[in-house]
Amino acid sequence: MTNPKIPDAPPPGTGDESRVSDTRPKSGFRMLLPTMTPWLAVGLILVVGITVFGVLAPFLVGDPDQIRDQGLSGPSAEFPLGTTQTGQDVLAQLAYATRGSLQIGLIVGVLATILSCFFGIYGAYRGRLVDEAFSLLSNVFLVIPGLPLVIVISGFVPRESRGLWTIAVVLAVTGWAASARVLRAQTLSVRNRDYVAASKVSGERPWRVILVEILPNLLPVIASQFVFAVIAAILGEAGLSFIGLGASNSSTLGTMLFYAQNGFALPLGAWWWFVPPGLMIALFGMGLSIVNFSIDEIINPKLKNMRLHRKRARKAAKLERRLAQHRAVPDPEESGR
Amino acid sequence: MSYFLRKLGFYAVALWAALTLNFAIPRLLPGDPVDILLAKLQQRGGTVSPETREAYSLLLGGDTTEPLWMQYVDYLKNLFRGDLGVSVSYYPAEVSDVISQSLPWTVVLVGLSTILAAVLGVTLGAFVGWKPGTWLDSLVPATTLLAAVPYFWLALILTYLLARVLGWFPMQGGYDVTLSPGWNAEFIGSAIHYGFLPALTIVLASLGGWLLGMRNMMVSTLSEDYVLTAEAKGLSPRKILRSYASRNAVLPSVAGFAISLGFVVSGSVITEQVFSYPGIGSRLLGAVQNNDYALMQGVFLFITLAVLGANLVVDMLYGVIDPRTRARS
Repeated sequence: MTNPKIPDAPPPGTGDESRVSDTRPKSGFRMLLPTMTPWLAVGLILVVGITVFGVLAPFLVGDPDQIRDQGLSGPSAEFPLGTTQTGQDVLAQLAYATRGSLQIGLIVGVLATILSCFFGIYGAYRGRLVDEAFSLLSNVFLVIPGLPLVIVISGFVPRESRGLWTIAVVLAVTGWAASARVLRAQTLSVRNRDYVAASKVSGERPWRVILVEILPNLLPVIASQFVFAVIAAILGEAGLSFIGLGASNSSTLGTMLFYAQNGFALPLGAWWWFVPPGLMIALFGMGLSIVNFSIDEIINPKLKNMRLHRKRARKAAKLERRLAQHRAVPDPEESGR
Repeated sequence: MSYFLRKLGFYAVALWAALTLNFAIPRLLPGDPVDILLAKLQQRGGTVSPETREAYSLLLGGDTTEPLWMQYVDYLKNLFRGDLGVSVSYYPAEVSDVISQSLPWTVVLVGLSTILAAVLGVTLGAFVGWKPGTWLDSLVPATTLLAAVPYFWLALILTYLLARVLGWFPMQGGYDVTLSPGWNAEFIGSAIHYGFLPALTIVLASLGGWLLGMRNMMVSTLSEDYVLTAEAKGLSPRKILRSYASRNAVLPSVAGFAISLGFVVSGSVITEQVFSYPGIGSRLLGAVQNNDYALMQGVFLFITLAVLGANLVVDMLYGVIDPRTRARS
């Protein structure tokens, strides 16, 4: 206990990656997985928790549209999140709305990622004129403000033909540009590596070079861009629905907020009606962003080294403090902490 | 080609693309907006002559008597004359008049709060990144919550807390309606009082992104050799922070301004709706609800113009502060 050397070996139970020797080689697949940190755990819990809620909760709650004669009422035992002005169960609405928002986030995320992969990777691979044209196109889409454009497009589509897929396509078409630029930059650096050149020289077809040689190197970047696209899509759809321009028959977190705003939830002080949907979006977005930090560490190993370095520096500082204390006060209780 | 010419050329292309999108959208999408618009116009007491019909067809599509390229040329001609048509929901006001009334509100609100958020976020990010590993730094992932909050929801929460519960600020509007707009202290004071909550919303919601970007760049800049050299020379930490690290770390934040501004403008459009702010965003939404297509397209054009202009200015500035961009091209 009094031996100041003890803290050198981390006690069992606070096990983390610092215990894993840095010299041990990792397999290729393992390199693509992020390291577990407390913040990543928080992010994963948020994302998984909300996804499970969105997928399973609609089966467990009652009909979200059922109208009761009790009117606007706060949280109670029967309705944990209270009821709306027409006596609808807010928790049930939240469950269905979360599912709707996740659905649109996923659809738009996939569509936008496909678009950005095409314009980013294919353009950069072909180079020259195609690259110039594609990168000009994505830069133009980048500077044209997205939501006003989406609003104008949705305004021209008649309400009856404004379905889930229309909104999804519109959001994807206006939201792919930023990731295409990132993917282009990454592809440009991969494109000139020797093994890509070798594969080209050996007569592989372009799609095979892209899919087999280039794409695997870009997977972490694509994953991080996909996560961004999902966040942007959920936020964008919520904004559209909030102003009444969302898909006509869907129920998402944005439509919930739309009804809350139009049902005078704010002047009536019905916080249980408008707080949960927005909080759900914010927490899900936060979870995804934190997961993205960890993906960034795979793309840019510098970041990871920096984190490990900081961690070591913190540990060293702690140890130094403890040693100093130990020397000043030779108390066994002190070094045991 | 010089950097500045290239940038000017790019924004000219972007402007042309925006104008063309504006021309193409009504023609590509289903439905005949011209009929809806003319019906509305008649309801409001406007006279529908064949010329009016033709003018709207040019603006919105639906008229197939002329070949498409002729329509396009006429559309561009009308735009350059500043003729955006007559607003239906504010009949008989011209679209350009409606926009010029509401534009100053948005430019001041969004402009000031964006600059404020950028300065605050970059400064905070520089300090957080300067001392990595402190308790402040370990809180950085929490700022992603701020970045993921929907603008309009933050607006609702702030209104609820600061306006309804505490009663410090008015819930809606851009100024005290009992005052008449003018350049006097009373009116400006009321405009600031009413604009505080919308501005706070935009600042809070966009702060996180700036802070995070600056902090990350700061951390990687600190591991550069020239910072080590500066330390070895015995320069004071403040000087290193100011003249060596943050100067270089801020460049990507400036370069990423275009993306940030797009988000802020998108967010503020809906924020204005929450506060019934008399800006251009509320006009856009009002136009959508009233099928006022001419106003809708006009507002979209003006928002795009403003964003393109702001980006052009920032890009020019970037060319000045980062000599490498000029050397490369």
